[in-house]
Amino acid sequence: MSVSMTCVRAIYRKELREYRRNGSIIAGMTVIALIFVIIPLIEFVALPASASRTLRTGDALAYMLGIPAIVPAFVAAYAVVGERQQGTLEPVLTTPIRREELLLGKALAALVPSLAVAYAVYAFVLACIDLFAQPVVASALITVPGVLTQLFFTPLICGWSIWVSIAVSTRSSDTRGAQQLSVLGGFPVILVANLIAFNAIHPTLSMVIIIAAVMLVLDGIGWRAVSTAFDRERLITHIR
Amino acid sequence: MSTQKVVAPNGNRSGPALSADHLSKRFGDRVAFEDVSFEIDYGEVFGFLGPNGAGKTTTVRTLSTLISPTSGSATVAGMSLVPANGVEIRQRIAIMPESPGLYLRLSVAENLECFAGLYRLPDACQRIDRALRAVNLAGRANDLCGKLSKGLRQRVSLARALLNDADVLFLDEPTSGLDPVAAREVHELIDGLRQRGVTIFLTTHRLEEAERLCDRVALLNTTLRAIGRPDDLRRQLFPAVLLVRTLVPLPDPDLVFSGLPAVDSWRQDASGAYILTVSDTIVAAPTLTRALVAAGADVLSIAESHHSLEDIYLELIDEDVEAGTI
Repeated sequence: MSVSMTCVRAIYRKELREYRRNGSIIAGMTVIALIFVIIPLIEFVALPASASRTLRTGDALAYMLGIPAIVPAFVAAYAVVGERQQGTLEPVLTTPIRREELLLGKALAALVPSLAVAYAVYAFVLACIDLFAQPVVASALITVPGVLTQLFFTPLICGWSIWVSIAVSTRSSDTRGAQQLSVLGGFPVILVANLIAFNAIHPTLSMVIIIAAVMLVLDGIGWRAVSTAFDRERLITHIR
Repeated sequence: MSTQKVVAPNGNRSGPALSADHLSKRFGDRVAFEDVSFEIDYGEVFGFLGPNGAGKTTTVRTLSTLISPTSGSATVAGMSLVPANGVEIRQRIAIMPESPGLYLRLSVAENLECFAGLYRLPDACQRIDRALRAVNLAGRANDLCGKLSKGLRQRVSLARALLNDADVLFLDEPTSGLDPVAAREVHELIDGLRQRGVTIFLTTHRLEEAERLCDRVALLNTTLRAIGRPDDLRRQLFPAVLLVRTLVPLPDPDLVFSGLPAVDSWRQDASGAYILTVSDTIVAAPTLTRALVAAGADVLSIAESHHSLEDIYLELIDEDVEAGTI
């Protein structure tokens, strides 16, 4: 099966236009991300210089990998059930677009603002730590491997969260329910990220590479799996 | 509205534009429609009528590959209705659903641009411009759909259905919500499309609209109750009737009407007019005229009584009501 990038692009552009016109979507994503970081950030800023020794043994900022696990759920959960509720899904499904193309367009459109918010909030946290925390605390928290991990894993985790959310969206009949269930899909990632942040897990380079490879595969499988579960008839008739 | 810029549809024209052969769809125990068979030619406007819940929308969804039939077969735009042909069939058809289903935060042009992309149209800008002019919305291209009236949204939905120059166009209540002038413009547009060889499958509750536009109609109430040209259905369902009006009542109408060739029976209605049931109006009318003149009647008019499509519809649906099927 060949994927028509024209169809993918049409959906992608349409979605981004809708995000732009509805400022509350991006604002909501940003607020959720800021709520997620604000208390730990205050604590980091308030840490005494003596805390830097403990901080050097782990990656305290790894907990921020929870942001790409949660934030995409708010847009991706709307992808199918939202269109269905506003009556726009049926006209789209009567066009030659394949379900794989429709879902890929939706996923890419959810990925872009999610990445932007996740990276922006991460940059904001780094800037605050650099400006307001004790210099030794800042140098213990902001490390090159930590930043690279964040940069590299954020899209992978976003991908996972997006496919879980779209999967929920294709099966759900209510937008709010879909969003709540989708957030639950990010919990395994948050759990692992927090175990790393609290020094319960000490990831090695090889472990990180393996996890990244697994997530990459999961993102690819997610696309195919959600496409398979996308049932035009059930979505249109609400029966089956 | 103008159809001058709508280009000729796709070239493959062997066989019917649409056909269904014993097509059925069930949802569990519930029958949506059953044993539906018909053939529709290219360039034909086919009216699909029936009460709410009769299975009209499900039939359209089945023919447009959105849902799979439970049994039977069909061809759409010359292609067999099987999942493998889904993309190609959808490339050749267009649907205007009853609910416009527009993205309300996007402008008219942005909505159409999205769908031009989904149809993979290379010349999207020209097509959008053409479609908007066809529905008289060229001046509203940059308006947000959320700010348009219901009637204007309906027109945008119609413009969207015109984008891909479909071979087969499914129109579900195309004039719902439109004022009389706009509805007439849509009728003219449909006429223009018919002349260009586009097959139109028109679902409507407006029987006068179906009568005015459709070459043939089908009446569905889970099963097909009737199919044919409105005139043929009239002949099948109702006997021919001649209506005679005279200045003063006939002294002995039975003497005048009884025994006339092709006149089966007669009665007088409350207004004093005589209603004659005839087997053949061509035979009955001249002899009736001669008999009235011979009887010295002051004839005001002799006319064939015309049953509307609504009469046909009500006759068939009333049968179903009596049979307890609705």
